[in-house]
Amino acid sequence: MSELVRLASRRTALGRGVLSLGALAVLSAEPVMAAAARRSGRQGQARAGDIDILNVALGLEHEAIEAYQIGAESGLLTPPVLALAVDFQSHHKAHRDALASTIAQLGGRAVAAKSRADYVAGLEIAKISTAIDVLRLAARLEKGAANAYLGVIPSFTDRSLAHVSARLAADETMHWTALARALGDDLPKAALTFGA
Amino acid sequence: MRAFIAATLVLTGVTGLIWAQAYAAPNAPPATASAAISVGNAARGAIVYTNRCAGCHSIEVNRVGPAHRGVVGRRAGTAAGFTYSPALKNATLSFNEATLDRWLINPQATVPGTRMFFRLSAAQERADVIAYLKTQSVAR
Repeated sequence: MSELVRLASRRTALGRGVLSLGALAVLSAEPVMAAAARRSGRQGQARAGDIDILNVALGLEHEAIEAYQIGAESGLLTPPVLALAVDFQSHHKAHRDALASTIAQLGGRAVAAKSRADYVAGLEIAKISTAIDVLRLAARLEKGAANAYLGVIPSFTDRSLAHVSARLAADETMHWTALARALGDDLPKAALTFGA
Repeated sequence: MRAFIAATLVLTGVTGLIWAQAYAAPNAPPATASAAISVGNAARGAIVYTNRCAGCHSIEVNRVGPAHRGVVGRRAGTAAGFTYSPALKNATLSFNEATLDRWLINPQATVPGTRMFFRLSAAQERADVIAYLKTQSVAR
């Protein structure tokens, strides 16, 4: 068992601070989601599809929150990078809360977070031993989430939820960009590299 | 003044055309089930997989979506340890090049009620990622 896996098995209090301005901006999507919930309430099958999409998104948010938690607890991150990770985690918590609330308003059941052990296995935490590894994992998850949010936009029945999905994708893209900069990676030379 | 207005309209039209071409190109032609299956490149597919699929999936481990080791040739809804939707669990679909292509164009049209909604609209990307998945067989 790697040191990081051992550390990941301990839960510490992190990310209980105030929401960043970015998180508050995301939360403003919640009234839009609530309105969508009321509209979709009249469309059974379509509503079920939208709930399923939102639950997949919620699953990604649970995973991201735990990944940042594991990274923050690792002791591998310098204070500035740790602060960035905590900020980004707070964004994901805001996403999680908004998604869970909307799912409930649509009459669905919000998917729960998995266990720490599941995330440690699923994210292959045993392979992580440096701060660079942590940042690469975070960047991979953020890019994947951005593309996932973009990739489901055509599938939403309620177009206001598609709009929210685009806004969530924008947050994840912002996270990925900051992480790429922290890693010293070049940004894409070509346009339209996300969500083709 | 007329010349200025005319020039502005021409410029706006040209700009609009360029914008439309730039932004429409990645999604054209529209993905349909009748689209010919392109020849895939596994190396390119690995990149597509990392960028587009790995948000939810990995090859070895079940995450938000099921693990993909051995998915080509596998019956849908049968990855060990993954909790599928009833729709996919009861589907009689086996994944091969053609059915995976159809699946990635629109999973909901292929198996209504599945929890996968992500679409990979570019035919070449689908072909590439399928070529990559073919290399990720059960026997390593």
